Amino acid sequence: MVLLELKDMCCYFGGLKAVEKFNTKIKKGELVGLIGPNGAGKTTVFNVITGIYPPTSGEIFFQEENIGGLPSHKITQKGIVRTFQNIRIFPTLTVLENIIIAYHFRTHYSILSGILRDDNYHQEEEEMSKKAMELLHLFDLHTYHMNPAGSLPYGEQRKLEIARALATEPNIILLDEPAAGMNPYETIKLMELIKRIKEKFGLTIFLIEHHMQFVMGICERIMVMDFGMQIAEGTPQEIQKNPKVIRAYLGE
Amino acid sequence: MKIIKNIFNLIKGYYKFILITALIYLLFQIFDGSIPIAPRLLTRYYMQIIMFALINIIMTVSLNLINGFTGQFSIGHAGFMCIGAYTSAYFTTILFKAANMAYFPQLALFIFSLIMGGLVAAFAGYLIGLPTLKLRGDYLAIVTLAFGEVIRSIVRSSDEIAAFLNQIGLVKFSETIAKISGPRGLSTIPNLSKFWLVYLITILSVIIMRNFIYSTHGRACLSIRENDVAAETMGIDTTRYKIIAFSLSAFFAGVGGGLFAHVLRFIHPNNFSFIKSIDYLIFLYAGGMGSITGSILAATGLTILPEFLRMINFQQWRMVIYPLLLIILMLRKPSGIFGNREFSFLIPKRKEVN
Repeated sequence: MVLLELKDMCCYFGGLKAVEKFNTKIKKGELVGLIGPNGAGKTTVFNVITGIYPPTSGEIFFQEENIGGLPSHKITQKGIVRTFQNIRIFPTLTVLENIIIAYHFRTHYSILSGILRDDNYHQEEEEMSKKAMELLHLFDLHTYHMNPAGSLPYGEQRKLEIARALATEPNIILLDEPAAGMNPYETIKLMELIKRIKEKFGLTIFLIEHHMQFVMGICERIMVMDFGMQIAEGTPQEIQKNPKVIRAYLGE
Repeated sequence: MKIIKNIFNLIKGYYKFILITALIYLLFQIFDGSIPIAPRLLTRYYMQIIMFALINIIMTVSLNLINGFTGQFSIGHAGFMCIGAYTSAYFTTILFKAANMAYFPQLALFIFSLIMGGLVAAFAGYLIGLPTLKLRGDYLAIVTLAFGEVIRSIVRSSDEIAAFLNQIGLVKFSETIAKISGPRGLSTIPNLSKFWLVYLITILSVIIMRNFIYSTHGRACLSIRENDVAAETMGIDTTRYKIIAFSLSAFFAGVGGGLFAHVLRFIHPNNFSFIKSIDYLIFLYAGGMGSITGSILAATGLTILPEFLRMINFQQWRMVIYPLLLIILMLRKPSGIFGNREFSFLIPKRKEVN
């Protein structure tokens, strides 16, 4: 089943063609990578899918529904969530609160319930804390749950951001350079973690990464971008041999 | 039954808070001579200052909702206060003559007028928040600054508005507007802000705002302050929550304005100038952004301090000491007295889960 389909998706900034006619189909349960040299437009693809920029033209289908141009929060509520290249956690809130915020759009109690603190409030708050703690256990972050998120070490902040994204209970998760700034040991750990959560939650994953070992080791299918254009698509083995890709990375 | 259970739960969570506030209230009652067991230290003049301090608490905590908790920058808080003050005074002074009423109808009318003042202010907040809060950056600051001044100008030109309405044939409307008497100030406002009422409303306002902050809706506001792009990708409608926080803040500013009008018993547009908005910003920054405790202490301290200096005959140094204190505070502790920490009794208990 095709989960996410991009049809001729374009994104221009004035005369700059950041993304030009991007086409792809991502099936449920796939782990797809997106690579390319710096400035190729990879993050812009993510930004357009998640509604941070509207597509200039083209269509984005998610579960056979056109979501192009919807605001970001609506897209998250439909089941597409992302992490950021530069970590965007909520630094002065606690680790637990960071996760609980992701449950916000699934809570039902009203503002008045919150002010009066009635049974609905207590019940839902308790449920949220419990669910959040379970998730933190899975990510080995539970020992920090009352610490401000900004005080965590870099690698743990990345993990927290992925955990927070998972808390929105998505169908597909877009990871923007999850291994950026991690040492080799942390990178291996992260690969294992991503595989584990994919199994556990039945997730579909679409990721951008510069770390070639990481991409080749984990992705089932890889897309390559250069100057806003898709230049190749295939299995890791095919991509490694593709002359266009080699040219894009190494030059003539 | 359910309501009783809810009320019981409400009280259960606040026994410490209720104890502390009741104790403070008792102290005031003793020292202002209502309970005659101690010499009367607090004259009516001091009680009035304390009431202003309480109103300033409402104003500062409500400003904190926007500036401290939601991370937006509003500098027109006195504008909402102005709307609240004139709306409630309109009900108690112009439309009905509260001064000639029996005690309970009078009290009911006053509370009604305060709520109306709050609602009109909230509506104004909603109207100016709708276009500006969609934008990022300093637009809100500019718009709210202008808003405060526009409101003041409109009230000040009430005579001209009345004359205009008279000309186009709306005589009845024109008479009502004329009674606001903007440039001369609205006087003969009945003395309805009794100490106990101001005290009670202050506590209720603080509790309501604090409960809002510690609910999922408040956390949505906090996440906007922390990182609005991330908040949006967590499924939070950031525009909606900015508007909610802004309207809620304006509501309490309106209520504060209503109380203010009935303590001072005379209101003039100049009471709600830009300087007053700046005062609240100073209280907020001195106390610490995002700290209810800080707002409460700074609003109280900085309201009483100038009067205290006057009391010990130091008034010529008032305007030296006050700014000096602020400069020292900003140098030594730029995040305010409390940063974003709170007294523990202000933080609701979260059940420990592991």
